[in-house]
Amino acid sequence: MEPSAIQSATISVLVENEAGVLARVIGLFSGRGYNIDSLTVAPVDDDRGRSRINVVTSGTEMVIAQIKAQLDRLVPVYKVADLTREGPHIARELALIKVISTGEERSESLRIAEAFRARVIDATVGSFVFEMTGGTDKIDAFLALMRPLGLAEVSRSGVAAISRGTNIL
Amino acid sequence: MMQHSTTSRSGAEILLQALKDQGVEVVFGYPGGAVLPIYDAIFNQNAIRHILVRHEQAAVHAAEGYARSTGKVGVVLVTSGPGATNAVTGLVDALMDSIPLVCLTGQVPTHLIGNDAFQEADTTGITRQATKHNYLVKRSEDLARVVHEAFAIAAGGRPGPVVIDLPKDILIAPAPYNPPSEDLHRSYRPRLDPDPAQIRKAVALLKAAKRPVVYSGGGVINAGPEATVALRELVRLMRAPCTSTLMGLGAYPASDPQFLGMLGMHGTVEANLVMHGCDVMLNVGARFDDRVTGRLNAFAPHAKKIHCDIDPSSINKNVAVDVPVVGDAGRILRAMIAAWKEDSQEQDRAAITAWWRQIDQWREGDCLSYDQDMSPDAVIKPQHAIRRLHAACAGRNTFISTEVGQHQMWAAQHFGFEEPNHWMTSGGLGTMGYGLPAAMGVQVAYPDALCIDIAGEASILMNIQEMATLAQYRLPVKVFILNNQYMGMVRQWQELLHGGRYSESYSEALPDFVKLAEAFHGTGLRATKLGELDDVIARMLATDGPVIADICVDEKENCYPMIPSGAAHNEMILGPGGEARAAGLTDAGLMLV
Repeated sequence: MEPSAIQSATISVLVENEAGVLARVIGLFSGRGYNIDSLTVAPVDDDRGRSRINVVTSGTEMVIAQIKAQLDRLVPVYKVADLTREGPHIARELALIKVISTGEERSESLRIAEAFRARVIDATVGSFVFEMTGGTDKIDAFLALMRPLGLAEVSRSGVAAISRGTNIL
Repeated sequence: MMQHSTTSRSGAEILLQALKDQGVEVVFGYPGGAVLPIYDAIFNQNAIRHILVRHEQAAVHAAEGYARSTGKVGVVLVTSGPGATNAVTGLVDALMDSIPLVCLTGQVPTHLIGNDAFQEADTTGITRQATKHNYLVKRSEDLARVVHEAFAIAAGGRPGPVVIDLPKDILIAPAPYNPPSEDLHRSYRPRLDPDPAQIRKAVALLKAAKRPVVYSGGGVINAGPEATVALRELVRLMRAPCTSTLMGLGAYPASDPQFLGMLGMHGTVEANLVMHGCDVMLNVGARFDDRVTGRLNAFAPHAKKIHCDIDPSSINKNVAVDVPVVGDAGRILRAMIAAWKEDSQEQDRAAITAWWRQIDQWREGDCLSYDQDMSPDAVIKPQHAIRRLHAACAGRNTFISTEVGQHQMWAAQHFGFEEPNHWMTSGGLGTMGYGLPAAMGVQVAYPDALCIDIAGEASILMNIQEMATLAQYRLPVKVFILNNQYMGMVRQWQELLHGGRYSESYSEALPDFVKLAEAFHGTGLRATKLGELDDVIARMLATDGPVIADICVDEKENCYPMIPSGAAHNEMILGPGGEARAAGLTDAGLMLV
């Protein structure tokens, strides 16, 4: 890979769950001109003392190394892992997708949803809400197929990611 | 850790107890509604001295001067809203230059936060990117722990400013007290000890170097006096030339033959050519700032680069390096000295001798020379004024601060610094108005020392109100103004890069600085020609009290050498007549600052 090539990176950050920590992470990205393609955050331990932030970002190799180092120096950050570069990992998103259509378009949307293993979680005579989980690519592909079939609204969770095997953050 | 005191004391009293237990002796501040409980607690004790400044920005710069000259954490106390927003410039200044501060800001009571109450500002929101860390204390039981944690964070790892936002009800309500403990913040663990494998790699490169250079920065000074001792020992062991950033001046003695002077935009020719021509570069505690590197793709093109920094995010940020070493500068330097002595490989002494022969040739150009007409009626050259001041200060414990601009660069070039912690200047942020309050903070720490603010007539007006603070506390700070009636550095750039169109850079209607000093209960002096210079300096140094010396200097003198923005180290303008464009300036360079 060219050092100047723009690459994607999925970075997981374990943080102290204190006031302002998310603003600190987001401010770092905006202040230093880094991209955020997706961001998720939630507490991940029993007493809600720590949260995990997953950020999908992009940049040159040097910029991604910088992002990691800049995150790591924030006071409330315990650990930073570049899942994309530190061995295989799994990334999943949840999407809720509202399709409003009738007739042939409506039945076609249902057939495609079955093929993609999206679940119907709400239905009226004129609409469906599909729920699907999967990689970002899979959800993007599903949305592309739904667009001519009455795609009306999308709510996506952003990426949750974890490394494969016994490695832990 | 959880041993709560049984006596019931207010949050404000607990705060002062925590400051006292942190060894705080002085606080720079300005009162207001939200911090009245703290001022009440200050009134009732004698352990901590409060210095009343005249503007909150000055409180922060004074605390910076105090911190940089003593190595301790500087403490600031300001009220909510405008008190806090006025402090922001100082906080960013401290963040950029890695100065340890704790800034206590008042806040409206917790139940009013978010209601747009009188003198309310979202201080933690505003200062989040202006500090190393910040806190809003919402529970009395957190107060003491937060204060102790703030001091540890401000001073630990790469130092920086920490804000503690204190709602008024928290200051009034009773609070428990915990003494300081060894525990840092749960998640904050800066690396101090270097990786021995990296030390060995670095030393192997340095031993084999034919054209080495040591480039030291503010990190060495922040690492304390032992780091300075180690730097000097290593440079001498290596027989290498040593150059320094603006922030690092004093770590290596200016008078030592191995010292090349400052490098970078207004660095010496020899320092910049050594950086350009070296084969191995050892950077200790500097961050490859754009003022130092010039055009990145032409920076030290033949060098293997070793970068020692306590902040891993400084590594490979601007310049890709071959051997990164993360840790405290003092510990790294000591480890390198030990490894150097253990390593049996011999230096190529012939190559080092040839390197010095080359350096001595570059030095012969005497790049800092200037043309001073020596007749008594001659116009004073600003460089000459600084050299005469330096000579007059010999033998005295002298601390120099500066404002920002030409005078700052001339001070860096012509006032030789022999010891660390004696030079206070706003490097990263370039804050005009820094020097007077910084000198004030130094003078508070060292009442008997000679504290001089080398200033320009434009910068000094940005915090001139602090003359009143000097008078109140009888702080004998000397303000040495190089008055050229221009914002000199702006004028210089306009001359060299903007066709001599001096847009808004002439200082119309300057005050009479002699009368200004007198109005603030100080002494005013003026030198308008060379014959008066030495006498004014002597009288300034002999005066027991604050002095403004208005030194009227050549209006059109420029600061050389200069690497224009976007040019390389071997593309310096050496003096008048040097065309910026001929020296390698491109349109892309013109866009840089």
